[in-house]
Amino acid sequence: MSWVSDRTLAPQPAPPAPPRGWTASRIAGHVLMAVWILAGANLLYYLASNVMSDFFRDYWEKYLDGIVITLQLVGLSMVAGAALSLPVALARASRKPFLSGIAYAYVYFFRGTPLLAQTFLIYYAAGSFRPFFSDIGLWWFFRDAWYCAIFAFTLNTAAYQAEILRGAVQNVDKGQWEAAAALGIPKGVTFLKVILPQALIVALRPYGNELVLMIKGSAIVSLVTIYDLMGETRRAYSRTFDFQAYIWAAVLYLLVVEALRRVWDQMELRLTRHLRRS
Amino acid sequence: MNEALTLISFGPDGWGDEIARGVLVTVSLALASLPVGLVLGFLIALAKNSGEPSLRAAANVYTTIFRGLPELLTLFLVYYGGQMLLNEIARIFVTGATVDVNSFIAGMVALSLVFSSYASEAFLSAFRGIKQGQYEGGYALGLSRSLTMRLVILPQLIRLALPALGNLWLILLKETALVSAIGLEDLLRWAGIAARVTKEPFLFFGGACVIYLILAIISSAGLTRIEAWTKRGEVSR
Repeated sequence: MSWVSDRTLAPQPAPPAPPRGWTASRIAGHVLMAVWILAGANLLYYLASNVMSDFFRDYWEKYLDGIVITLQLVGLSMVAGAALSLPVALARASRKPFLSGIAYAYVYFFRGTPLLAQTFLIYYAAGSFRPFFSDIGLWWFFRDAWYCAIFAFTLNTAAYQAEILRGAVQNVDKGQWEAAAALGIPKGVTFLKVILPQALIVALRPYGNELVLMIKGSAIVSLVTIYDLMGETRRAYSRTFDFQAYIWAAVLYLLVVEALRRVWDQMELRLTRHLRRS
Repeated sequence: MNEALTLISFGPDGWGDEIARGVLVTVSLALASLPVGLVLGFLIALAKNSGEPSLRAAANVYTTIFRGLPELLTLFLVYYGGQMLLNEIARIFVTGATVDVNSFIAGMVALSLVFSSYASEAFLSAFRGIKQGQYEGGYALGLSRSLTMRLVILPQLIRLALPALGNLWLILLKETALVSAIGLEDLLRWAGIAARVTKEPFLFFGGACVIYLILAIISSAGLTRIEAWTKRGEVSR
C-alpha cells in the first residue's frame, strides 16, 4: 500500500492565476464603466437634490397618474389584442385562400406601418365618418381619444400577437395532432387542450418582448392628447421648461420596463421548470 | 373621387409634391441613421463579446438604457437635452450665445442610439454562431487579430446577422415617423398638415400608411436580394 504514497505527488493547491495585464480592452472597459458610474451617481445626486424642488412637489402625483394610465392602456389593449389574435392566427393558417389572404393583409398592414400613423389614422379619420358611426351607435367610442388609442393599439398588437401565436403553434410537433386524433379527440378540443398550452410556453418570450414594446410604444398616445406618463411629462415640461421632467420620465420608464422584464423572466423560469434538465 | 385625385396631385392644388418631399426626408433620415447605428452596434457587440468583464458590463448598461426607454422619450431627451447641453457649452465661449439643434440631426442621433442597441444584440448572436476554430485558423495562418476579424470573421458575421438586421431596418423605417413630433417635416408630418388643411384625414393618413407599406415592400425585396447575394457561396441544395 505504501508505495502508492511514495510515488504520487502530495496534493497541492492550484497554481495562482497569472496576473491579468492591463490590455487595451481592460483599460477601455474600466474607463467606460467609470463613466457610467459617474453618470449614474450624478443622476442620483440630481434626482435626490430635486426631490424637494417645487417641480417634484407639483407633479409627482401627476406622474403616478400617468403610469397608471400607461399601464391601463397597455393592459387593456394587450388582453383585447390577445383575444383578437386567436381568430386572426386561425384565419392566417386556414386553407381557404380568401380567409388567409384577408388575415395576411391585416397582419402585413399593421406590422408594416408605424403605430403612430395607425393611431393618427384612426383618431383623426374617425371624425370624417361621424354620420356613419352615429348611425350604428358607435360615435361615443370613436369620439374619445382614449377609446381610439385603445382601438389602434389593440389592432396593432393583435397583428403582432397573431404572428407570435402562429409561429408557436407551427412549432408544436405534428405528432401531437396525430396522437390526439388517434385518441379520437376532436380537432377543436385538441387545439385548445393539447396544442395551445404547449405553444404558449414557446410563445412566452416573444409575448414578453411584445409587452415591453407596447409599453414603450404607448408613449406615442401623448401625441393624441392622452395624458399617460409621456403626456404628463410633456405637459409638465411645457409649463415649467424644467428638463428634469424628461429625466424623471426616463427613470420611471426604465424602472417599469426593467421590473417587467425581471418578473417575466422569473415567470418563464417557473412555468418551464418541467422542461429544465439539470 | 376626382377631388381626391386633385388633392394628391403634384401642383399648386395638390399635396403630392409636399408628400414626396416628406418621403424624401423619411428615407434620408433612415438611411442616415443606418450606418451610424450599424457601426455603433458592431462596436458594442465587440465589447459584449470580449473576455473583459468590465467592458461587457459597460456595454450591457448601454443596451439596457436604450432598449428600456421609449423611442419617443429618447428623441425628446436628445432634442431638448442636446439643445441645453450645447447652449451651456456655447455660453462658455460666447456669453449669451444660443445654439439651435437641427431636428434632423437630433432624430438621427436618437434613432442611431436605439438602432445600435438592438443591432448589437443581432451582431452578438451572430458572433455566437461563429465557431472558435475560425479565429484559431486565422491566428494559425499568422493573421493579426484585426486582420482575422476583418477577413475571416466579419464576412461570416454579416451573413449570419443579416436577417435580424433586415428586421431592424424595417423597424427603423417605421420609427422615423416619431420625428414628426419634434417638428421635422417628414412624411407623417406633411400628411398631418394636409389632413388638417383639407379636412380629409382618412385620405392623407391612409395614404401615408400606404406609402410606409410601399417603402417596407421595397426594402423587403432589396433585403431578399442582399441575402441571396451573401449566400451565393453556399451550395444550393
